Amino acid sequence: MKKVVIMGCGRTGSWLANILDAAGHSVTVMDVDAYSFRRLSPDFKGKALVGNGIDQEALKKAGIEEAEVFIAVTQGDNRNIMAAQMAKHIFNVPRVICRIYDPLRQEIYQTLGLETISPTTIFADMLKKRVEG
Amino acid sequence: MYIVIVGGGGVGYYLAKALLEEGHEVLIIEQNRTIATTINDELGGICTRGDGCEVTTLVEAGVSRADMFVAVTGEDQHNLVACQLAKTKFKVPRTIARIKNPKNEGLFKKLGIDVTISGTNVILEHITESVPTHPLTHLMDIPDRGLEVVEVRIPASSGSIGKMVKDLSLPGGSMLSLIIRKGQKPVIPLPTTVLMAGDQVIAVTSSETEEALRAALSAK
Repeated sequence: MKKVVIMGCGRTGSWLANILDAAGHSVTVMDVDAYSFRRLSPDFKGKALVGNGIDQEALKKAGIEEAEVFIAVTQGDNRNIMAAQMAKHIFNVPRVICRIYDPLRQEIYQTLGLETISPTTIFADMLKKRVEG
Repeated sequence: MYIVIVGGGGVGYYLAKALLEEGHEVLIIEQNRTIATTINDELGGICTRGDGCEVTTLVEAGVSRADMFVAVTGEDQHNLVACQLAKTKFKVPRTIARIKNPKNEGLFKKLGIDVTISGTNVILEHITESVPTHPLTHLMDIPDRGLEVVEVRIPASSGSIGKMVKDLSLPGGSMLSLIIRKGQKPVIPLPTTVLMAGDQVIAVTSSETEEALRAALSAK
């Protein structure tokens, strides 16, 4: 069981929150727009919190200080980058994962020591394999 | 100096204008087409349209030869990322970020941004001081006397903070003439005047004792 804070309750964030919650983890999901919580399953037992993930106070309210994992999956690359670095360098969260759509920025922040994922390159690689296969 | 500014809003516009008047080479990166066009019409082709957080835009802007990189969009996260890219990818020696939330200052510093501030004037001060990291600015020479008037800004880390003027080990031949303190009228320092962080001290010194004066006022 892990304590996970997810920033961004869009398609990815809500899906992740639902499956982590179903798997028995303790999940808090944040979003600036309460309307996005409609995507959470009726069975979701975690916490849903309106708040801006690049605000240290909001992160504290979400329990960032006790979190074992922080995941930044808002639509904004820069927002994710800033929140992830806050979680890592201010709150010393043991595991921080950051989505960055822009492959160039993803590469740079990966070399800066952030754990980053670019859905863009992953999906493009998948498509390339299908084209070639 | 070649100075790249990200964000062509109010701050970016007037900053660019002032820097151009001082003879610097300036480029603004602005995403909004209308704003970019206005800047180019009014300030003369110094604005490129693009995202200041995109590596390709920064390459086109020649950021790798920039002496200074200033991010003044209205969003802290954009200013952070733009400056981090300028610093780590393009090795710009000095990066300045505007911040809206003062609580972000610590994070920005930790992540290597050289200066964080929230206003055009403050940015200008940092750029116009010829050696920005040096807290002593040369104001004028007094000809034939070998004397000069200098300004020393008391850094937050200075060991002189909280000390009275009479207890400072000032070099002979130098004299504190004026203290300018935020929100107060300038005062002539008395022996019992206590120095505070951020004080601007105007002093008369000889060129030989300039370094000792700087050390007495701003060293840790």
